[in-house]
Amino acid sequence: MSQALTVQNLTAHYGPTKVLEDLSLSVGAGELVSLLGASGCGKTTTLRLIAGFLEPTSGTISLAGRDLTKLPAYKRDIGLVFQNYALFPHLSVLDNVSFGLKQRGVATVEREKRAKAMLERVGLSPLADRLPGALSGGQKQRVALARALVIEPPLLMFDEPLSNLDAKLRVEMRVEIRQLQRANNTTSVYVTHDQEEAFSISDRVAIMNAGRIMQLDTPETLYQRPANAFVARFVGFENLIPMTVVSRNGTSATAEAAGGTKLTLLQDKFGAIPDKFALATRADGLTVTADTSADGIPATLGLRTYLGRAYQYQCDTPAGRLIANGALSAPLKLGAAAKLVPAPDQCCILKSEA
Amino acid sequence: MKTQLHPALIGLTVVVYIFLVGPLIIVLGASVSDTTYLTFPPQGFSLRWFSNIFEISAFRRTIITSLELAVLSTGLALLIGIPAAYALNRYRIELPKWLSTVFVLPILVPEIVLGFSLLKSLAVGASAPIFLALLAGHTLIVLPYAVRVVSASLASFDFSIEEAAVSLGSPPLKTFFTIVMPNVRSGVIAAFILSFITSINDVSTSLFLTGPGISTLPIQILAHVEQFFDPTIASVSVLLMLLTVAVMAVVERTLGLTFLAK
Repeated sequence: MSQALTVQNLTAHYGPTKVLEDLSLSVGAGELVSLLGASGCGKTTTLRLIAGFLEPTSGTISLAGRDLTKLPAYKRDIGLVFQNYALFPHLSVLDNVSFGLKQRGVATVEREKRAKAMLERVGLSPLADRLPGALSGGQKQRVALARALVIEPPLLMFDEPLSNLDAKLRVEMRVEIRQLQRANNTTSVYVTHDQEEAFSISDRVAIMNAGRIMQLDTPETLYQRPANAFVARFVGFENLIPMTVVSRNGTSATAEAAGGTKLTLLQDKFGAIPDKFALATRADGLTVTADTSADGIPATLGLRTYLGRAYQYQCDTPAGRLIANGALSAPLKLGAAAKLVPAPDQCCILKSEA
Repeated sequence: MKTQLHPALIGLTVVVYIFLVGPLIIVLGASVSDTTYLTFPPQGFSLRWFSNIFEISAFRRTIITSLELAVLSTGLALLIGIPAAYALNRYRIELPKWLSTVFVLPILVPEIVLGFSLLKSLAVGASAPIFLALLAGHTLIVLPYAVRVVSASLASFDFSIEEAAVSLGSPPLKTFFTIVMPNVRSGVIAAFILSFITSINDVSTSLFLTGPGISTLPIQILAHVEQFFDPTIASVSVLLMLLTVAVMAVVERTLGLTFLAK
């Protein structure tokens, strides 16, 4: 896949505060990459730097081989979809959509034809003459999408486009956005704080924290094999258990957690296993059993909550506070002694977190 | 369904309306009185006091001066005020707070003091022509209104709309005129009307700055009542009111329509 957008070593400041640090990112032609993170992580700053609304302290941005770093925003040719739609309130839906074509000097007849065709594609032809004020949130965002797509930009960027919509519409719209993006094969950058949204819509996701990309991978990889503790916690690995390898043979390693629990891990599954690592599991991958002779981490059970498919327990263990699930058929009491048994196929190991 | 209103509330409302409209009716009535002194209710009916205004050359001259001053000072205030209001709102987070306060200062200074200091510094100090000193004074007193009113309208403007236009290929200055201005149109019109009225009715500042041969209408009215007590004053007042209403109507129509046509 050829690289459409290349961001290299981008650093940015707001006054004296560093908000982005040495960020590099490549987006392939036709690919949709999401920037995912909590507010203040630098995802919107990254988008605004690429759009040209902010100036980086250092670093370069190039799009389809063209260096954008010093180019003013209006010459960058990037389609933008905003959280609050940002439609022109005094222009009709049709004029909103044809605005970008007008700036490009497209003749009136051709302009109207293309804008109408685009409105047709987002299902808004009957509303062409309305003012944006008379539209619902979902319709507004469709107009915004049409307005950005009609200029056939080499890059389309979304800044939390669905945050102002209700939950049901959000799911519908993200499917629609993905379909349009796929059909046009438009290279896209999508900023969101919603993990489900990012994972469902993207080819790859960059999980960001404190102005850096913590991991950039496919949603599947991020979800199953996070590369570090931050990403692991972000995608829902509640438990990070420090382990030390005590013995190895050809195909597996045996590691010990605090409290003396031993666990045998196959190298085929986990790759090279370092001497010290953290074992990450979700509550689902750590089963509570009342059988204290089982091979697991000894625990004293704390608060129990009902999840519908299981009970969840806050557990005190020699490895610290862990969260584990137990069967619905056998609810256990507060303060009971139990064992927590990890399911190796639901664990991953974090090499960097020894 | 019928809403119950307390009789006292209705009474109070009527009183307030009389209080608001009363002076207008008295002035209007007095202006058409067929007497040689000011009186209300009018006795007889005559429009001769209206024609009398134009027979007195001082009134003719000062009406023109006042109109010129009002148009020019309002124009200048908008020319300075619109970009200032834009900058203060667009960069609200980046700019220090006191910057916007500076634009209200001329209102805080008593106009008498403002007039006197302008007299000292401009008319006497820099020996500026009287008309220019008046123009400076009027611009200064209407500028705070222009900035405030346009600001109020920009405060509810979502600047990501401007960014959307820029991202679609519209250069920043062009965006300001095609996207920002049409959306703060009502604010600009309100600022124009408020500035115009403030200028044309100003007495305190003008009192110090008018001089030989150049005066404004309110100052001329003041000079006239010192000597005469005829209904001309009421007629001039009515004329001043009509002028204000006419300007409001014209501005609303022209400014309104050209901005809409964009």
